[in-house]
Amino acid sequence: MATLTDIAPTRADRAAVRKADRRAAKSFSTGGRRPRRSIVLTIVMVLFTVYSLVPLAWLLVNATKTQPDLFSSFGLWFGKDFNLFQNIADTLTYRDGIFLKWLGNTLLYVVVGAGGATLLATVAGYGLAKFNFPGKRAVFAIVLGAIAVPGTALAVPTFLMFSQVGLTNTPWAVILPSLVSPFGLYLVWTYATEAIPTELLEAARMDGASEFRTFFTISLRLLAPGVVTVALFAIVATWNNYFLPLIMLSDPTWYPLTVGLSQWSAQATGVAAQPIYNLVITGSLLTIVPIVIAFLFLQRFWQSGLAAGSVKQ
Amino acid sequence: MKRILRSRSLRRVATAIVATAVVGASLAACSSGSGSDSSGSGSDVDAALKAGGEITYWSWTPSAEAQVAAFEKQYPKVKVKLVNAGTNTTEYTKLQNAIKAGSGAPDVAQVEYYAIPQFALSDSLVDLTQFGFDKLKSDYTAGPWSSVNVGGKLVGLPQDSGPMAMFYNKTVFDKYGIAVPTTWDEYTAAAEKLHAADPNAYITSDSGDSGFTTSMIWQAGGRPFSVDGTKVTVNLQDEGTKKWTATWNKLVEGKLLSSVPGWSDEWYKALGNGSIATLITGAWMPGTLESSVTEASGQWRVAPIPTYDGKPANAENGGGGQVVLKQSKNQALAAGFLKWLNNDESSIKVFLKSGGFPSTTKDLSSDAFLSDAPEYFGGQKINEVLADGAKNVSTGWQYLPYQVYANSIYADSVGQSYASNSDLNTGLKAWQQSIVDYGNKQGFTVTGK
Repeated sequence: MATLTDIAPTRADRAAVRKADRRAAKSFSTGGRRPRRSIVLTIVMVLFTVYSLVPLAWLLVNATKTQPDLFSSFGLWFGKDFNLFQNIADTLTYRDGIFLKWLGNTLLYVVVGAGGATLLATVAGYGLAKFNFPGKRAVFAIVLGAIAVPGTALAVPTFLMFSQVGLTNTPWAVILPSLVSPFGLYLVWTYATEAIPTELLEAARMDGASEFRTFFTISLRLLAPGVVTVALFAIVATWNNYFLPLIMLSDPTWYPLTVGLSQWSAQATGVAAQPIYNLVITGSLLTIVPIVIAFLFLQRFWQSGLAAGSVKQ
Repeated sequence: MKRILRSRSLRRVATAIVATAVVGASLAACSSGSGSDSSGSGSDVDAALKAGGEITYWSWTPSAEAQVAAFEKQYPKVKVKLVNAGTNTTEYTKLQNAIKAGSGAPDVAQVEYYAIPQFALSDSLVDLTQFGFDKLKSDYTAGPWSSVNVGGKLVGLPQDSGPMAMFYNKTVFDKYGIAVPTTWDEYTAAAEKLHAADPNAYITSDSGDSGFTTSMIWQAGGRPFSVDGTKVTVNLQDEGTKKWTATWNKLVEGKLLSSVPGWSDEWYKALGNGSIATLITGAWMPGTLESSVTEASGQWRVAPIPTYDGKPANAENGGGGQVVLKQSKNQALAAGFLKWLNNDESSIKVFLKSGGFPSTTKDLSSDAFLSDAPEYFGGQKINEVLADGAKNVSTGWQYLPYQVYANSIYADSVGQSYASNSDLNTGLKAWQQSIVDYGNKQGFTVTGK
């Protein structure tokens, strides 16, 4: 047992490694000299920042307006009344609180769908990285091929398949396809190849640890940044998933937020139009809040995960 | 070197997988299933309503909820599951998907008139003649009734209708001394006068809208689409079409139309602040103006749609009915609900209250309906004008059996003429070509003239 703990890096060790990495990254980007300011690059960066922040600012400003105010006031500044809290209350209670139902559905799809996708990608990616078995190259080819097929292209055939077995218009129709994340699998695979030294696993086996024990006590900890990255990708993808639930679901009680909001927006069109743009905007604002929070808390992992496999050690 | 070779062969494998997946997808999309043909009669409908059961009803119309509640009160044994499966084209896509998949379609669905032929010709709708609904003909105005009769079958019952009219902002007209136009020549003259007086104001907004275009061609006497079974003839250069483009080109080429897209927030804003002075649209518009353009309360009025020679002529714009799908397991009950929904007084009362414009002759000529004088329209008896317009709708109009698709590609051709302020005929010819090509690929025999 003692050997096990000896070999597995302690928390302090890992922190030291991370610090060293950061130092290396710093010296690499600046070439060890004082950074030279580039006016052009600064301007480009400012432009891009403005470009990405203006829609957010617009959303924030317009979520404070009433429906008539939206039409009669300047888009990038506040209107006559500050109506944000009333808008939020209306959004949450419109049509017997269907927005909350949609929020619940989205959370369900994220927890089960993205959670499951992360779990499957981790287990499969680890297996592919650390075990040799016949057909491994075929699996590799299929996974790569699967990355190249956009989910949108598969949505219609999946729909037809699901309707054969009576799964359309149920939450499974959204959850099952979300469980498959070839990109996540590929990411864990490359990450595991780099992050888990095979010698470490051999040592564990020598000590008589079962494969499951090795996976949960050693490998999973080493894989943590990769797993969090995959989880974040899966969460964002499921949270923003639009096309699949759009064609799979016809009953609004199973809609996620994306499809629900677009239905509210479509209400402004045609015969018997009932525009509720103020609720669409406030709803959109409420929809992005959780994902922004997720980003702020987990961006550290996101960054380190993005760099995974990019540098050969 | 070995590595490069390997990755190349891998790429080939990957490409092969992708190609297979795509081919599989398009093959799967081709297969379709159709429901059973069961027959029934009028007495079956009554029996089914008494026996009860559960049906699903897809609709996005705001009155649906109250109507379903009233129905369930009257027939406690029947449970109607109301589902808002999306507004217009979103719902049609879902309906089409469910039909292709062979399951998942509702029993009753709301479908607009322009989309009905598409579902009727794919043999997905129940012929309601078997329940004796053809006897209800005299209850409805001619335009909507002909829209639910496709290829000799009665495939639905009309709910609302959209005889066209001109809604105009009287305050703006008075301000610039513009008289209410009765002919299209007067209308284009008014457009010039208004825009010259106030460069921010336009007579109307039109950035290219397929529903509007087809209605305007209809009003001008054009009949560009004729359908006989799977034989389709398209002529978007017939006399009526050219009559319309001759007028509308003046506005498009003269840059006298606001390019604000219809139903956008900007559009609602422009209707409220007077920068769009008229709307040429269906009679269902007042409810939306009253509830969503509150800023202009008291400013709008209604006039008959202008004509080419001063003699009354009209067309339908928008509106739709409900259909029973062949996938329904209880077609008699579904038909019973449909008949109540669009023919029973208590249902139509709910519908009218929500601001809908009826298709039933009895309601269109009722005193209560005609004498309605909303404050929003300055106390004008607007329904007199609108109901009168319904009488002048010309007959013989047909939509394509794939009008939903045709409308979705309208922006690529006619929309380009609008965008470049150039001759609409060029765009219409291109649209016709796309319509012909697509139809022939879908198994129709389409000839373009």
